[in-house]
Parts: sequence; C-alpha cells; structure tokens
Amino acid sequence: MAGFRLVHLLLLPPYIAMLWIGFYNVSAPALFGMPFFYWYQLLWIPLGALCVLIVYRIEERG
Amino acid sequence: MAGPMNVTALVVFVVLFGFVTLLGFMAARWRQGGAPGLAEWSLGGRRFGTLITWFLLGGDLYTAYTFIAVPALVFGQGAIGFYAVPYTIFVYPLLLAVFPKLWSVAHAKGYVTAADFVRGRFGSPALALAVAVTGIAATMPYIALQLVGIEVVLGSLGVHGHWPLLVAFVILAGFTYMSGLRAPAIIALVKDVLIYITVIAAIIVIPRELGGYAKIFAHVPAQNLLLAPPSAHNLGAGAGYATLAIGSALALFLYPHAITGLLSSSSRHVVRRNAVILPAYSLALGFIGLLGYMALAAGVKAMPAYASGFARFGPNYAVPALFLQSFPSWFVGVAFAAIAIGALVPAAVMSIASANLFTRNIYREYFDRDCSPARELQVAKFASLAVKLGALLFVLYLPQTYAIQLQLLGGIWIIQTLPAVLLGLYTRWLHPLALLCGWTAGLAAGTAMVAAKGFASSIFALKIAGLTIPCYDAVSALVLNLAIAVALSALLNIVARNPHADATAASDYA
Repeated sequence: MAGFRLVHLLLLPPYIAMLWIGFYNVSAPALFGMPFFYWYQLLWIPLGALCVLIVYRIEERG
Repeated sequence: MAGPMNVTALVVFVVLFGFVTLLGFMAARWRQGGAPGLAEWSLGGRRFGTLITWFLLGGDLYTAYTFIAVPALVFGQGAIGFYAVPYTIFVYPLLLAVFPKLWSVAHAKGYVTAADFVRGRFGSPALALAVAVTGIAATMPYIALQLVGIEVVLGSLGVHGHWPLLVAFVILAGFTYMSGLRAPAIIALVKDVLIYITVIAAIIVIPRELGGYAKIFAHVPAQNLLLAPPSAHNLGAGAGYATLAIGSALALFLYPHAITGLLSSSSRHVVRRNAVILPAYSLALGFIGLLGYMALAAGVKAMPAYASGFARFGPNYAVPALFLQSFPSWFVGVAFAAIAIGALVPAAVMSIASANLFTRNIYREYFDRDCSPARELQVAKFASLAVKLGALLFVLYLPQTYAIQLQLLGGIWIIQTLPAVLLGLYTRWLHPLALLCGWTAGLAAGTAMVAAKGFASSIFALKIAGLTIPCYDAVSALVLNLAIAVALSALLNIVARNPHADATAASDYA
C-alpha cells in the first residue's frame, strides 16, 4: 500500500498493550487502592500519546 | 434535592448557559474573511489552528452524552464500561497515520464531506449517496441523545416539562444558523474549561469524601470488577471488550461530525498535532468513567431523594445524583452547565455535518447540479434546521430508548463506510459496485444481529468451530463487508473495471 512508513510501527505498542487483555484483567497490584485493570489502562492514555508524539517528531524532522 | 428546584444551582446554570448563547451569536463575526460559501459557514473557512481545533474536536467527540453514558455503563455493568479507555487510546495513532491524507485531499479538491471524497475518488454517485445517507442516519439519533443529555441535567435541577428543552433548541438552532461552525468552536472553549474544572474537582473532592479509591472499589460487586475470564469454549467478556474498543475507534472518524471538525483545521499539521494532544480528553473521560463507581460507593441509588430521578432516567442519573450529593449547590450549577453546554457543541457540529451531506451529496447531486455557492449555503442552513427539528421531535415524541438504540445502530452503520472512505485514501482497486454490495451486506448483518438481541445489546456471540466469541456487531459486520468488497472487486476488476475516472491525483494526498 502506498504511503506506509516504517516509523508507523512505533504506533503499535498501544494496540498490543490494550488488546492483551489477559495481562491486565487482574486486580493486583493495586495503585492508591485502584485495581490493576483500571490504573494500567489509564496509564496507557499518556503512554499512547507518547508513542504518537515520537512518531510525529520523527516525521516532522524527516 | 431531585424533586424541588435547586435555585442556586439553577441560577449559576442559567448564567453560564446565557453566556455561551451570547458567544454563539457573536461568533458569526469571528475571523470572517473568506469568500462566502458552504466551506466558510460549515468549516469556519478551514482556518482553525491547533488550539481551536483541539477545543473543537474535544468538545465535538467527547459529547455530553458520553460524559453521562460512560459512567452510567460503569455504574450499571462494571468493567465492560471501561472499554471507552482502550477505545480512545486506539483512535489517535489512527488519526496521525491515516486522516491527514483525508484533510489534504479535501483541501486540494474543496471537499466538505466524506461522500464528496468518495464521489471524486471512485466517480460513483450511488456509492457517494450510500456514504451520505449512512452519515445522516447515524448522526440524527446522536443529536437526539445530546438533547436527552440536556433533559437529564435540567430534570436533575428540578426543571421539568418540555419547555426548557425547547428554549435550548431555539438557542442551538439560532446560533448554528447564524454563525455556522464558528459558534461551536468558540463555545467549545468555555465548555472544555468547565469540563476540566468539573473533572478535576470531582476526582479530588469525591474520593476524599468517600474515603479513598480502595473504599470506592470495595463497593463494586465482585463479578463487575473485572471482565469475565475466558474458558475452553468461550473467549469471554474480553473479546467483546476488545472488539467494542476497536470498532468504536474505527468508527469515530468516519462520523460526519468528526470529519467536519477535522476538515475545518488550517493544515494537515494541525490534524497531526491534535493526534498528540487530544488524549488529554481521554484522561478526563477515563476518570469520568470511574465516577460510575463513586456513585455506587456513595450509595445514591438507595437514597429516597434520588429515587424519582433514577426512576425517570435510569443509570444515566448516576452522575447527576453523585454531583448533587457531593458538591455545594453553586458548583452543581457549574458541573451541570458543563454537561449541558457540552451537548450544544456536538449537536451544532452534527447538524452542520448532516446539512453538508444533504446539500452536497443529495441536493446538488440529484436536484440542482449547477447551484450557486450562495444557493448551496442557503440550502445547508435550512437543512441544519431541519435535522435539529427532526432530533427534537424524536426526543419529544418517541421513547428515550429509541434514541439510545438507534445511536447504537448508528455506530454499526457508520463503520460500513470504512472500505470506501478509509481504504479509498490508499487505493481505488476496490470496485464501487463491490463496495456497495459490501456496504449493503454489512448494514443488513449488523442490524440483524442487534435486532436478534432485541436492540438492547450490540455484542453478538459468534459460534465458530465450537468456540463462542462475543464480538461487537460493528466489527463482525465490517469483516463481512470487507470480505465481500474484496472478493467482488477481484471478480469485477476482471470483467468490468470501474468506468469512472479518478478526480484525485496521488499528489493531492500528501
């Protein structure tokens, strides 16, 4: 397909992290009393944005 | 509380609502300057920079209904309601990688809708009509739900009857007609500031009142805390969770209101930068989802003061009840205004987006080929009124469950335009006739699966080789759609290639 860039592979980690449900569908370890299921997913919001930012920066430079 | 009028909250609410009404009408004169026409009114002249686009898209995508429905789902069904988080995580890599192409080609060719693009790319008016009709059908009930959001909030303030909704409707219709997309763009700024204030206050104040997150989660029934795990013969709730997130993410930027927001930005770089900064809203949404558990822990459901509210609005009343219980009256006014103003922004953008589809892809295509830009604008303004009026009648005369069910169907319908719109950005190998067949099959299968569950659930358990896979209907219907589109294209491209020319060039997408 036209327009695919190798750097876009850096956009995959959020999908892997969120689709591997067996990994995070557990309650321990809790953080501030919040089960793992919840804080892990909330944590991936900024981590996902970070992946997007990295790709954005690389592409803007290239 | 829920029954009598909450005067302090109501006064704060009315003042804030009046303020944004004024802003909405004044917006007509903001950053004017382009040649008058459809793109000037409906896309703000394609001049919005990074920050305005951030507010506009944030206000447009994270709607009032979302802020009520997500915690309501968490409140009622637990972990599954949290799919909103992976959903909004999945959206932004996609936005960065794919949708700048749509911005570029729309900018190069003057496209205002996704159907405009499909018309130019594939040359098929029938396929463009299919995309336009799907967009309008998916958007109408969504507008109705925004009005439902306003109704819930007003009901929670003790204001009953239909007249307040009529007032809100007249305001919305008036400023949209006058100011076009500029009105929701400016109002979004106020709305988003109020939403962030409300969320920050809620996640600081309420957990402290309830004794911390550990105590809050202790109130969640054990079977709701996590997703039901898979067994040897059933992939479990996780499969439904994952497909809900994927399907919703794929559908989001196919919605007309999302595309309108996207195309109003001043460059593809604005779109790309927003893929980086929009997740801030996802974080707010994630915490808003947790409000569902806080409502459980606060025990508002069992309190007599809120019984009538729950009887009338169901789980959608969880967050309003929690706010009434936890905040001082004046801040209840701020929070409720945030939700109600949060309904105005998407409702305005949605009506503009539907009006664009009607004007460009139905009126101009089939009734008035050579219509002038002035005529086009006039038709769009009237269409935006008609669309909103339809949504209002919907809310006033049909049971609320219809709007909810239709919006559920809307997501399943709109994703069926993915092969034409999203894959169309990369290739025109797919044959328009094959795309139409796939679209028809996807719509039929998706609707049938929802109907089979009595329009109450959008997850259908597929049974494949003895394995039960709970799957979001939008995704399974899309897979069918794609399979048909690809198989038929392979066949048709041998027999009768697409006779139409491509109005776009490779350089238009860069």
